[in-house]
Amino acid sequence: MSTKAPTTDPNLSALAEHNDDTPTPATPRGRGGRRYSLLTSSDRSTITAMTAIPAALHIALVWIPALGTFLLSFTNWNGVRWSSLKWVGLRNYKQLFTVFEKDLYESLLNNLWVMLALFFVGTPLGMFIAYILDKNLRGSAVYQSVFYAPVVLSLAVVGFIWKSVMYSPGQGVLNSVLGRTGSGNQIDWLGNPDRVIAVGGEYGLGKNFLALVVAMIWIHVGYVMVLYLAGLKSVDPTLREAAAIDGANEWQVFRKVVLPSMKPVNIVVLVITVITSLRVFDIIDVLNNPIGTDVLSILVTDNILGESGNVGRGSAYGVVLLLVCFVFAVVYLRNAFSEDDA
Amino acid sequence: MTTKRWPRIAAHVFLILLGLLWMVPMVGMVFSSFRPYAETSIDGFFSWPDTLTWDNFTNAWDRGNMGRHFLVTAVIVVPAVIITLFFASMVAFAVSRFSWKFNIALLMLFTAGNLLPPQAIIQPLFQIYLRIPMPEIPLISESGELRGSLIGLVLINVAFQSGFCTFVLANYMKTLPKELNEAAMVDGASVWRQYWQIVMPLTRPALAALATLEFAWIYNDYFWAVALIQQGDDLPITSSLRNLGGEFFIDDNLVAAGSLIVVLPTLVIYLLLRRHFIGGLALGANKG
Repeated sequence: MSTKAPTTDPNLSALAEHNDDTPTPATPRGRGGRRYSLLTSSDRSTITAMTAIPAALHIALVWIPALGTFLLSFTNWNGVRWSSLKWVGLRNYKQLFTVFEKDLYESLLNNLWVMLALFFVGTPLGMFIAYILDKNLRGSAVYQSVFYAPVVLSLAVVGFIWKSVMYSPGQGVLNSVLGRTGSGNQIDWLGNPDRVIAVGGEYGLGKNFLALVVAMIWIHVGYVMVLYLAGLKSVDPTLREAAAIDGANEWQVFRKVVLPSMKPVNIVVLVITVITSLRVFDIIDVLNNPIGTDVLSILVTDNILGESGNVGRGSAYGVVLLLVCFVFAVVYLRNAFSEDDA
Repeated sequence: MTTKRWPRIAAHVFLILLGLLWMVPMVGMVFSSFRPYAETSIDGFFSWPDTLTWDNFTNAWDRGNMGRHFLVTAVIVVPAVIITLFFASMVAFAVSRFSWKFNIALLMLFTAGNLLPPQAIIQPLFQIYLRIPMPEIPLISESGELRGSLIGLVLINVAFQSGFCTFVLANYMKTLPKELNEAAMVDGASVWRQYWQIVMPLTRPALAALATLEFAWIYNDYFWAVALIQQGDDLPITSSLRNLGGEFFIDDNLVAAGSLIVVLPTLVIYLLLRRHFIGGLALGANKG
């Protein structure tokens, strides 16, 4: 849109009383919308109010707290009286990497498992389903509904559904299929933190955490499917045909033509995958935080909701969360606001 | 692309098998919720249902005090969705239809804000909420401070969700022809009229998609409520599950019935407005 430089500026021509619609070279200011300076003063105050009120609320409740998390991470405070607030410099961070080292690494690792599982299992599966559905299969709408349905559920309720229906030791689907519902040989899917994969002796992927990750994949696949269905629609079909005529097989066409031309969607999916894995909270909290299933968000909130609240330490965990998130937010913004879009 | 017959059949077989697998938890939830625990705990999940009963639902409803929690949910979700869309559409209109110094910076601020994990801002937010006094109004705010009041929950949901909505709506409004505003301007329509009578009606498809999506997201909110509400009675329905946990955990069929009651509103809306749900997400994925 903005690449075409000479656009008609209606206000300029209106002001200059040009009835012949002479194109007035306007500065290529991105969106090609009208210039603010040409509006009447009452229109200007309307625009100011329209943006200022929502922006003030957003900044006050999202960005000021984000800054606050950063500042509070350098303090020792019980959160009750201001007078008890003490600046302690980097002490909270030192403690995270010494006294609370085990909590921190275990949680970071759990966040990482979610990320890896969604990235290597959930995302490819969702992409594959979208790819098949994009070929105008009969009944496509029905398939879409089935895979998307879990996405509309709350992660907290998903926790309850999987606990009661799938993982119940005495009567769940899994133990029933495996014939392990007897009182002696039950598998306690959510209660057993034994390692499936061990990392460096002390850490690893717990069996019960893996069970939760499976439920998260169940949701993620439908989400990814919808995003890629939208992305596939935007792939130029002539490119595919050209590649096919050149003798490329289906996989090659997908790899070399389809996937690269969906780059914006790939980035959105990547960012959503990462952000989802950092936000994991509900499903763990609603199940009363089974042993070995801590994640970063649980460590943050343990310090407000728990008994031994320490605002400074909770905030330091929050900063770790913010930093990881920040990297991917930048990737997302660069994608969303790149060249032609700005 | 034309697809040959056999690959087509293979695709259907794959999708049907995977689809059936995908439906197990939800179909299982419905199946379990109608069966008495005394029966399934002995016969297991895969057994002929000798008794089908509504007891689990009435029990879950009463024990979970669900009438109260649904009321609280309505008081939060309805205003939150409306205000979110109202705020987001105003900002989107201002940043997408006019050029001024900070319009892109503002849009980026909103977009980035929606990517933050809520837990990363909860410590200071909680402290802020504790320190803002509120008049005592029954149901709406009984704690005397913003923490514990339903107004506080509406505000944080609006503040947080307006990020995503502003981004989507700004992209959508950018695609509307500029000439609309120009014509209106020549006719002497004020900025407000251009927003309300010209741009908003044309944005209706995006607003409908976002309203559906935001209803589900705010209805599904668990974290803000758990962190910012004090009294168990004041929790909206999704987060009230937390209180039921202890009581429910022995009887899996009761948990299934409780879960089914909670997901029913979103599932019904999803089945009715599937197009909007999916459209809303797709809008968020594409650039303008």
